[in-house]
Amino acid sequence: MTVGPHRRKLWIALAFLGVFHLAVFCAGFLAPYNFAAQHRDLAFAPPTRVHFIDARGQFHLRPFVYGLRYAPETPSGFAPDASAVYPLRFFTRGAPYKVAGVFSCSLHLFEVDRPGRIFLLGSDAYGRDQLSRFLYGGQLSLLAGLLAAGLSVGVGILIGALAGFYGGWLDELLMRGAELFLALPWLYLLLAVRSALPLHVAESQVFLLLICVMGLIGWSRPARLIRGAVLSARERNFVSAARGFGASDFFLLRRHVLPQTYGIVLTQLALLVPQFILAEVTLTFLGLGVGEPMPSWGSLFSPLQQYAVLVSDWWMFLPAVILIPVFLAYYAAADAMQERLKTVTL
Amino acid sequence: MASFPRFARTVPCLIALALFAGPAVPGSAGPAREDFLITGDAPGHPGGQIVVALRSEPKTLNPVLATDITSRDVIRCLTADLIHINRSTLKTEPALAKSWTVSPDGRVYTLKLRRGVRFSDGQPFNADDVVFSFHVYLDPKIDAPQRDQLIVGGQPIAVQKLDEETVRFTLAKPYAAAERLFDGVAILPRHLLEGAYRAGNFSAAWPITMPPAQFAGLGPFRLKEYVPGVRIVLERNPYYWKEDRAHTQLPYLNRVVFLFVDSEDAQVIRFQAGDTDVLSRFDAQDYAVLARDQAARHYRLFDLGPGLEFDFLFFNLNDLSSKGLSDIAAKQAWFRDVRFRQAVSAAMDREAIVRLVYHGRATPIWGPVTPGDKLWIDNQIPHPPRSLSRARQLLKSAGFTWNNAGALIDPHGKPVEFSILTTSSNVQRSQMATLIQDDLSHIGMNVHIVPLDFRAVVERLLHSYNYEAAIMGLANGDADPTPEMNVWLSSGSTHLWHPNQQKPATAWEAEIDRLMQQQLVTVNYAKRKQLYDRVQEILSQQMPFICLVSPDILAGAKDRIANFHPAILDPYALWNIDELYVQ
Repeated sequence: MTVGPHRRKLWIALAFLGVFHLAVFCAGFLAPYNFAAQHRDLAFAPPTRVHFIDARGQFHLRPFVYGLRYAPETPSGFAPDASAVYPLRFFTRGAPYKVAGVFSCSLHLFEVDRPGRIFLLGSDAYGRDQLSRFLYGGQLSLLAGLLAAGLSVGVGILIGALAGFYGGWLDELLMRGAELFLALPWLYLLLAVRSALPLHVAESQVFLLLICVMGLIGWSRPARLIRGAVLSARERNFVSAARGFGASDFFLLRRHVLPQTYGIVLTQLALLVPQFILAEVTLTFLGLGVGEPMPSWGSLFSPLQQYAVLVSDWWMFLPAVILIPVFLAYYAAADAMQERLKTVTL
Repeated sequence: MASFPRFARTVPCLIALALFAGPAVPGSAGPAREDFLITGDAPGHPGGQIVVALRSEPKTLNPVLATDITSRDVIRCLTADLIHINRSTLKTEPALAKSWTVSPDGRVYTLKLRRGVRFSDGQPFNADDVVFSFHVYLDPKIDAPQRDQLIVGGQPIAVQKLDEETVRFTLAKPYAAAERLFDGVAILPRHLLEGAYRAGNFSAAWPITMPPAQFAGLGPFRLKEYVPGVRIVLERNPYYWKEDRAHTQLPYLNRVVFLFVDSEDAQVIRFQAGDTDVLSRFDAQDYAVLARDQAARHYRLFDLGPGLEFDFLFFNLNDLSSKGLSDIAAKQAWFRDVRFRQAVSAAMDREAIVRLVYHGRATPIWGPVTPGDKLWIDNQIPHPPRSLSRARQLLKSAGFTWNNAGALIDPHGKPVEFSILTTSSNVQRSQMATLIQDDLSHIGMNVHIVPLDFRAVVERLLHSYNYEAAIMGLANGDADPTPEMNVWLSSGSTHLWHPNQQKPATAWEAEIDRLMQQQLVTVNYAKRKQLYDRVQEILSQQMPFICLVSPDILAGAKDRIANFHPAILDPYALWNIDELYVQ
């Protein structure tokens, strides 16, 4: 068995995820605009092209963008106006933002001279910069997705391990409970939750609520899987041997049984993070998500449900396209970790 | 979707009767031809079929029980009424009643029925069917949606058969243009439904799953086939009572196929692909997509301009003392100040809503009567452009101030912060909310948007009153003031900002009550218009509704469908299905 390829795959995936998460963390610095800033004359503008060579063929060291003029005859409705040239400025002071919700700052990586605009991922129905919204939206969605996945898998491990390890009436009780959770009409329950909440819920509360709701809905599937793995693991010879030597239940679970379930846990985590990021779309629809103008990845995807946006404004797909390698990296990391565990245990 | 239920249709008798005198032509199947109604549109040729998509399956084929749009769309093709509102002229015209007279006091209507008309099963139609139908519609146990509109001055309309072809309707009070009441009241076959009615199981009669042979109506088509989940097919009614100028019996089409296509997007795609022939009730964004390959795919699109529907923002002005909603009640001090509402209106960028939400296919409005309602709109209502400085001035005069961060502070030192309720399934209204939120942030108001599903929104607006402000749309059921009674009367159940008041809460609501009651019994158009103009004037000054825009009515049809004349009144597209033909 060679360890190398798995290790390399793992590090590549983790490095990629690290860079991506760092970018999302530094959203305020990387985003040229505030997520709520509307440019109403530039609704559904296509991604702005950054130029180095101007109309006369002259090369500029400092990149620039052209202004956009309204052109209803073109597919996107806008055409570059070669007479309006706006150079990019780096490390400028612009719209104020907060780092990690605490430190006030106004330094931006790049901007263009007013009245020029730069929308590297295009703009949405209100002329808001999609790149800025994508970065800011990630702060909420990634954290909520990760924490909710952690919560549901954590609860799943606890309940699955108890049910699988002890069996008997406890197993019956917990697993019937899990089935009950799978069978519950969540839509109506969520509507009931919403009506019990006050009219306007503050962002931080929504955030906690999202995590709790998703964690609560999500735990039963990993719990059932982990129970199965625990059930088979506890009958293994080395577990029986350890038991025979007088090992405590806690030691058995920690040392011998739960390590057998890591594969399931990691794959479940990798599966649940993207799933929860998408679940937020539904929750937003039911009034349980963050409201406008706060962005989240869920709210960035929701215009894609409209046929007209699908066929006319291709750049609205870009956030989803960017997320594909991110989700793949999650899967790859889970996969590599699983392989590595396998080689280690062998 | 998600507009409020259409309101009872009622009203003015100022409209001249256009009677068609048909020459006697020896008949084929069907009625004695001397009583045929002769239509005015270009003569076509018989044959062919059209395919139309429905958003959902009809819930029933029983005209007395149908409340959903799709059931009513299908039933409209299967049944007929006594007096009909022509969707293109918006005036009443004879249908099963070939003429009528009104008593001088405006209370007694005597209708002369067409002779020799037969139901689609060949059975004759006469005054007994009319009396039976109205008896059913007015039965409080049946609870027909049409019942409200047939109660005038607190009393049900009295129906009396004078002879086989004459029916007299007596109203408790004079009622402006009462003939508009008859539109949409489908006449039922007594020979088929009286048994069920007497046996007390009328509400189970004519479900969508019924055998086609047991159905009979007076409409241009009759039931042929229903395939659950797929389609409902109608075939030509050989006994129909209309013919064209060339004396061809209508309808021209042999079949109408309704497909069940459950989303607007899917309907647009299927129309674009050529699977369906006619499209209506779609939004401006899809219009832009469809318009691109209009010529290549052989269909035409129609933008009829503003319809009778409008969108507005309003504040909760209910009396909340018994509701335990002290947070909201505290904010009502702002909402009740007319200067606050006027400032909000002045800060609205209506042009941006038209451009960004409706892609230019809407009209900004400052009062609740849309430009589509040409007979009744008060053109004197001012159209002030957006002005943040005027908004600030109004707020200042009402004692509001701004802190250093630019946030608006009320006279008691509290920052102005409120939430706007929207329907999450309605893309347009959600988008409007996002624009309004940004508009109001420029005058220092901190606005939150609360999107909820439609039922939850209605529950909060009409029952729990647990909201601060909301964006809604209303669609008037007719181009006339009377269907709006329920909205403007302070006792009305859809007087949204403060429904079901025991007595008017404000002097201006009391004045509107008085004016609306007065227009109801005024027969002269000019006088009624004067009264209704005053109502519009009060509403545009007091702004219980901050009116935003009126979306255009959009429709599309394949090139080969002739005589297609969509209208701004529901049903927008298929109201003249008996005259449509395939080229």
